[in-house]
Amino acid sequence: MPAISLKLNGRSVTAEVEARTLLVELLRERLGLTGTHVGCDTSQCGACTVHVDGRSVKSCTMLAVEADGREVTTIEGLAAADGTLSPVQAAFREHHGLQCGFCTPGMVMSATELVRRNPGAGEREIREWLEGNLCRCTGYHNIVKAVQAAAQTGRG
Amino acid sequence: MAQDGIGAAMKRKEDLRFLTGKGTYVDDINRPGQAWAAFVRSPHAHARIVAVRTEAARKAPGVVAVLTGADLAADKVGILPAGWLIHSKDGSPMVEPGHPALVADKVRHVGDQVAVVVAETRDQAREAAGLVEVEYQELAAAVTVTQAVAPGAPLVHDQAKANTCYDWHLGDKAATDAAFAKAAKVVTLDLVNNRLIPNAMEPRAAIGEFDRATGDLTLWTTSQNPHLIRLLLAAFTLGVPEHKLRVVAPDVGGGFGSKIFHYAEDFTVLWAARKIGRPVKWTNTRSEAFQSDAHGRDHVTHVELALDKDGKFLGLRERTLANMGAYLSQFAPSVPTYLHSTLLAGCYTTPAIYAEVRAVFTNTVPVDAYRGAGRPEASYLLERIVDVAAREMGIDRVEIRRRNFIQPSQFPYQTPVALQYDSGDYGATLDEALKRSDWAGFEKRRAEARGRGKLRGIGISTYVEACGIAPSAVVGALGGRVGLWESAHVRVHPTGTVTLFTGTHSHGQSHETTFAQLIAEKLGIPFDNVEVVHGDTAKSAFAMGTYGSRSLAVGGSAIVQAVDKIVAKGRKIAAHLLEAGEGDVEFRDGKFTVKGTDRSKSFGEVALTAYIPHNYPAGLEPGLEEGAVYDPKNFTFPAGCHVCEVEVDPDTGTVQVVGFTAVDDVGIVINPMIVEGQVHGGVTQGIGQALLEEALYDDTSGQLLSGSFLGYNMPRAADVPSFRVGTKVTACTHNPLGVKGVGEVGAIGSPPAVINAVCDAIGVRHLDMPATPERVWRALRTARKA
Repeated sequence: MPAISLKLNGRSVTAEVEARTLLVELLRERLGLTGTHVGCDTSQCGACTVHVDGRSVKSCTMLAVEADGREVTTIEGLAAADGTLSPVQAAFREHHGLQCGFCTPGMVMSATELVRRNPGAGEREIREWLEGNLCRCTGYHNIVKAVQAAAQTGRG
Repeated sequence: MAQDGIGAAMKRKEDLRFLTGKGTYVDDINRPGQAWAAFVRSPHAHARIVAVRTEAARKAPGVVAVLTGADLAADKVGILPAGWLIHSKDGSPMVEPGHPALVADKVRHVGDQVAVVVAETRDQAREAAGLVEVEYQELAAAVTVTQAVAPGAPLVHDQAKANTCYDWHLGDKAATDAAFAKAAKVVTLDLVNNRLIPNAMEPRAAIGEFDRATGDLTLWTTSQNPHLIRLLLAAFTLGVPEHKLRVVAPDVGGGFGSKIFHYAEDFTVLWAARKIGRPVKWTNTRSEAFQSDAHGRDHVTHVELALDKDGKFLGLRERTLANMGAYLSQFAPSVPTYLHSTLLAGCYTTPAIYAEVRAVFTNTVPVDAYRGAGRPEASYLLERIVDVAAREMGIDRVEIRRRNFIQPSQFPYQTPVALQYDSGDYGATLDEALKRSDWAGFEKRRAEARGRGKLRGIGISTYVEACGIAPSAVVGALGGRVGLWESAHVRVHPTGTVTLFTGTHSHGQSHETTFAQLIAEKLGIPFDNVEVVHGDTAKSAFAMGTYGSRSLAVGGSAIVQAVDKIVAKGRKIAAHLLEAGEGDVEFRDGKFTVKGTDRSKSFGEVALTAYIPHNYPAGLEPGLEEGAVYDPKNFTFPAGCHVCEVEVDPDTGTVQVVGFTAVDDVGIVINPMIVEGQVHGGVTQGIGQALLEEALYDDTSGQLLSGSFLGYNMPRAADVPSFRVGTKVTACTHNPLGVKGVGEVGAIGSPPAVINAVCDAIGVRHLDMPATPERVWRALRTARKA
């Protein structure tokens, strides 16, 4: 089995994986990082979104071996070491941008990249950016409000 | 009002774990020594099973067991029961075929379970499932309700003649016929309430575990009502002692009704775990979920409205074919009957109503409750035909509704279809919605849009629904096989903090927050001093769970009862400590005070005394923990007005919702932030039904064409606007909180508002949901030709 090394939430990790193992399987099943969720099998829902080298990626669509030598951040790695929520996490709480919580990690990871890339993003840009993330609870209204608020802080 | 009590927009207790990836959903749980299950599902809509060959699968790497319908039959277990019995017009009971967790004789829908493979890993289980050879003899399928009731249609179940489960009616036929006979105008409409797939974002999952040493069984499952699943497993499907079975529904990623039911997979993992002596885990793939989660809606309806010359409603008739799918899911029989036709009065004084509903088996996935369950189908047919009537009689759409509203002075109001509404003010929600949506200024916006080449339309719906299901005796009289009360246990700890054990389940509804606010308010203690426990039969007492927007109206009322008992006992303790008569002690703002004095004991002091009872009332039990059950006295009746504004591109038929206003009366509001969030979500599901979503079967082969998110159009962020949401309050008169329920109003009020707006934009009488670009474009072309 191929051996890979990656930086995961700031720590170095090595693992032997089958060539067919998906990044999300490595995270959830081998490394116990169950904050990253699987909501579909057609790369549509975005619940599995993580950051690879700072870009949001659907981890169900990437092989674990492709993460070799790269930097991966999951929802578990977003808050500060002392537990302080990231601006996007805090905004989701402030604006009630989550209900059942299942799509939330993917939404937060995706929104975090947007806020970092495009701090002034308006409603239309946010709605279009979130095209790859499905939420069945919130009707997106409060997610958009949360992302807009975080975008205004200019920090993801 | 306490700052963190009733009415405060408290931030949620749930959020921190979900935002940091620390939620615990079933698929996040792994048990020592667990094996994985994968199901072999039918690729055919209707076929006889000639043979099931499992040899190759058994020899595959890692395979522990392969179980089939024959094994199930040999064990005489695994027949999933229906939870509601409906009688036909002629008094005969519905046809009630059992639903085997694994079928042995014939498959009845694409996705029907034929066998299960248990292996060391998930991949091994899935691969070996592909090696189970099932030989089928294909049969012709009855896919749509219209096909299924046609003469000579293939029979889904031999005992259900003409594929009819029941042929039910409600209301006074003679009075309704008489109303139509004297009508100045009769309006008719044929419509379809499109079949939907709930698609909670978390796919269903389950882990079964059996402890041979103790005989204990545990099931972790994605359920809205773990106690009900335990009861059904114990009493019907697995036949195990209820006290030896624990069902845990931890964090659950949305339900919308689809996680109410006792599914084949829940039973199967537990059955398999007992057989092999190891935990067995299963997680649905999304593609399998499309073929195995209960679907929603799927009505084909003819409706007629009789009016006098002034547009007053005289009578209403409904004839509906309701699709049950291939088997009866637990609450399926109640959905198109007592949760549907009983709502046909709507907000109106229509004096005579007669409904006929025929439930039909088809070779499709079972259909059951989905957000709104029967009431969206009622509001849709009613609010559509009211719009058509207004159009055909030349009466303003708002005016015709006002003319027929039940007035605030008429409550309690007895409808001709069994329900008695306790409170409401339909004019108030209407007025507020018109104001917030700037209804009066619409024509200016329409003209402005026309200048941009867009067809702009506005639509309204004024709805009422029934939730907080329901007085147990009434439910029983209507054929329900359960009681529908709810439990609460309030444990006050010695230091005065509180743990609430509730029988309801929160999977997005925010009970951990709302219920804590309720207790904080009633006991005068800080919100942070209350913890809410739910979702584990080993922790909370038996109760019925969460659906039908009942958790606060029924479960919250049980909490109030339990808290009242705590206060009553606390008053005895305080009176003793204060050397006062019990009747002289009042409880307010967290303090027991002797009336007219400043002598008081705090709630914390009283709690501590209850556990350290050195100086204590004679004969009173130590401790401070009380339980209560609440059996509702009536349904509750949320109501409101939704206004939708759309723009249609006449070249492509694309509909964009450009404005949506919802003003709902959900009774007293505990947390306005959470209430608004529930409305946003419900409205988006309603917009999804109206414009985007449709579970589509090939009507010959019975193949599910919309079998994944690639073919089933879920609402995305850019498909919906930001919403204008507000509330108007009339309190429920028969529960102690005055609450009505908010979980479903969005999905009930919105679909007719959207379709009314689309019809207004393109100038057609009716358009079936979903109003896809193709449908809208064709309707525009037809209208132009005409």
